[in-house]
Amino acid sequence: MISLKGFFRGRTAIQPIWIFVIAIFIFFSFMSEYFLSLGNITNILVQTSTIGLIALGMTYVMINGNIDLSVGAILGLAASLAVGLQDYGLTIAIIVALASGILLGAINGLVVWKTGVNAFIVTLGAMLGIRGLIFLYTGEQSFYSMNFAFADFGASTIGPFPVLAIIFLFCTLVMHLVLTRTGHGRNTFAVGGNPEAAIDAGIRLGRHMMINFIIVGFFAALAGVLLASQMGAATPNLGRDYELWTITAVVLGGTKLTGGYGSITGTLGGVLAIGILRNGMNLMQVPAFYVLVILGVILISVLIIDKKLNVPSTKEVRI
Amino acid sequence: MTPIQGSTGQRQLIDAEPVLKLEGITKRFPGVVALNKVDFDVRPGEVHALLGENGAGKSTLMKVLAGKHQADEGTIILSGEEMAFENPKHAKRAGVVLIHQEQSLVPGMTVAENIYLGSLPKKWGNRVDWPKLREDTNRILETLKCSFQHDDLVGSLSIAKKQMVEIARALVFTPRVVVFDEPTASLTDHEKPVLYDIIRNLQKQGVGIVYISHRMDEIFHLSHRISVLRDGEYTGTVNTCDTNEDEVTRMMIGRSLELDHASKPTEFGENMLELRNLSVRRIFEDVSFKVRKGEIVGMYGLVGAGRSEVAETIFGLRGYTAGEVVMDGEVVNFRNTHDAVVKGIALVPEDRKEQGLVLGMNCRDNMTLASLSSVSSMGFMKGLAELSVYDKYHQAMKIKSPSWRQKVGNLSGGNQQKIVIGKWLHTHPKLLILDEPTRGIDVGSKAEIHALVKDLAKSGYAVLVISSEMPEVLGLSNRIIAMYEGRVTAEFDGDSVSEDVLVQAITGQNTEQRASPKPEAV
Repeated sequence: MISLKGFFRGRTAIQPIWIFVIAIFIFFSFMSEYFLSLGNITNILVQTSTIGLIALGMTYVMINGNIDLSVGAILGLAASLAVGLQDYGLTIAIIVALASGILLGAINGLVVWKTGVNAFIVTLGAMLGIRGLIFLYTGEQSFYSMNFAFADFGASTIGPFPVLAIIFLFCTLVMHLVLTRTGHGRNTFAVGGNPEAAIDAGIRLGRHMMINFIIVGFFAALAGVLLASQMGAATPNLGRDYELWTITAVVLGGTKLTGGYGSITGTLGGVLAIGILRNGMNLMQVPAFYVLVILGVILISVLIIDKKLNVPSTKEVRI
Repeated sequence: MTPIQGSTGQRQLIDAEPVLKLEGITKRFPGVVALNKVDFDVRPGEVHALLGENGAGKSTLMKVLAGKHQADEGTIILSGEEMAFENPKHAKRAGVVLIHQEQSLVPGMTVAENIYLGSLPKKWGNRVDWPKLREDTNRILETLKCSFQHDDLVGSLSIAKKQMVEIARALVFTPRVVVFDEPTASLTDHEKPVLYDIIRNLQKQGVGIVYISHRMDEIFHLSHRISVLRDGEYTGTVNTCDTNEDEVTRMMIGRSLELDHASKPTEFGENMLELRNLSVRRIFEDVSFKVRKGEIVGMYGLVGAGRSEVAETIFGLRGYTAGEVVMDGEVVNFRNTHDAVVKGIALVPEDRKEQGLVLGMNCRDNMTLASLSSVSSMGFMKGLAELSVYDKYHQAMKIKSPSWRQKVGNLSGGNQQKIVIGKWLHTHPKLLILDEPTRGIDVGSKAEIHALVKDLAKSGYAVLVISSEMPEVLGLSNRIIAMYEGRVTAEFDGDSVSEDVLVQAITGQNTEQRASPKPEAV
């Protein structure tokens, strides 16, 4: 156990979630003959790209000490707009859809910043309200895309790689660099880790919070557009429970709900863990309801292990 | 040194059998021996002071005693009986109570509920016996001469009053040994005598007292014996009446230290900061003073006198309602701290853990927190530039940290404070405001920080120091601003003012005379 603790400490430590990802990857490789193939692996990436994109933004918001429950609703609205507005031209439809995410994120951020009301409450309200807007806009109807370019995009590939997977991995890389290499990233940690110290250091708290809400709003909308193009359609209930899956992935990746800790690499691991488990159990023909039970148990177990591993660091002797 | 009321005469050494005896206590943490065969004992009715720099092992020893840690070797003997405390509750039941420096109160509960937390008086049917709770609490508050009520919310009390609640909590059990860990760290000179009375009362009841503090004056005032730890080793025990501060300091750090009054800055430039009749409604009123380049101005007063609030107002954390702040020749009213930082103001806050540092971040990241634009281009951080900033202040201030990757939460108070100061120096401020710069810091680091502040002033910074410690204010300041209940009661020359005049000014006596006025001159 001691050596295990030492192994996880320090900057270059491998995050526990990645050990888990590797373990289940190997496990399913042996359990199912279909699992270990290029086709299936790119398939996992495509399946996880929706949750994954939102999780990138959610990581920022959660490191910042906030949370956004409205992402599933934003995804649903953006998907409906992207399909429903195609009469005005595909470009306009997509721009409006993405802009709706940015705008709603900005409103969330502004309310949290200016009123000081807890982000959980603000975005809970936004989640209900935006879902209502979707029903108003769609009249409870599903929209189908008549534009084949749109529907084809979701299934297109560059060489053997699906475009959706490439977009997801590219965004992951960019978001990782922004979080670890920029002033905004650093301040996001500072504000989440200790808001008072951040204010004392002359950091403009509200600005960073708002930027992060805009980022997550944008990614939720992007995920909505891509999901709609994958399905060639948008339903008013699209994105239900996605906020919970996203938060699950982010938390699995080691980001703390209380803020100040987290990483994009961890989130990628969390997203992949969920994707591989669902895909692998699917291939092993585990009934869907068991999959949910197993995922729930795994989420709690991983967090318990993480907690056990992290306890010693707080007991370190002061120097 | 601070004058202390009451007897300072020699105390009778108590020659009874120790109520508590620690023998050969050894405690290891991964990679470090925190305590190495330490012996310690307390006799009933005695105050035994435990001294040592931060990191010397005092707190660890006390945690072993109070059951928070378990010793790897050694024995604890309480009233002749060998004990092995498994947890703090166990120790408390046996009569060993630790009054901790980090407070553990529930802010949303009343004083009474906090005092009896976990042991509320119950009546039939497991219901809380409120009348009894009220009565018992009032009795304890009375013996402590507290100025607050049993039904006050703890969250609304000042730090000093919270400390009183903490002490009150210890009195619920009939303690045999009470450990005070830095009890006066958050008290002003005015409030200390109350604590001393409490300690004397406990003593009379035959309770053994362990008193941990950095403050020599208190230790010499209160204790019968002094034991010293250094780097986890027991360096010896002396009778207080047979020793002096120099000897004890040498035992602690192996050299002697003294606040050097002579080395204050002497050359001042033009006004850097000027407050003109500054007021914030219901907080402070009509505050006027100046700080010049190269000058150290001390702000002295009781907790709650409005000193920190004045600093916060200058720094843009609060808006002011009347008067004006003139910074570097320009009237300013900052809307946020960012503007204040840009204008060249730095505030080293009162509570470094709560306000000064992001504890989960490493040393380097904390150091550059206030000046990210200087170590980044196009929004991207330049790792090497950051590292060179860290190295510069790491060396200049002799920060003891194994590497820049160390989380600041794992550093000692003195080193944490140096990081906060380093963070501000790198913003190249013109005005440096230090709020209680040496609270809870060991003697060695304290002297280093004092020397640093003087050097900074000499190199042209305007410095405003807020402190509740008289020796610190006297030892550092060119001028001293005394505050009482939101008003400036007097301004003194830092070299010539006497201690009693200063005490009068901060306790509201002689306010109409403005003792020894030296507003413009100096």
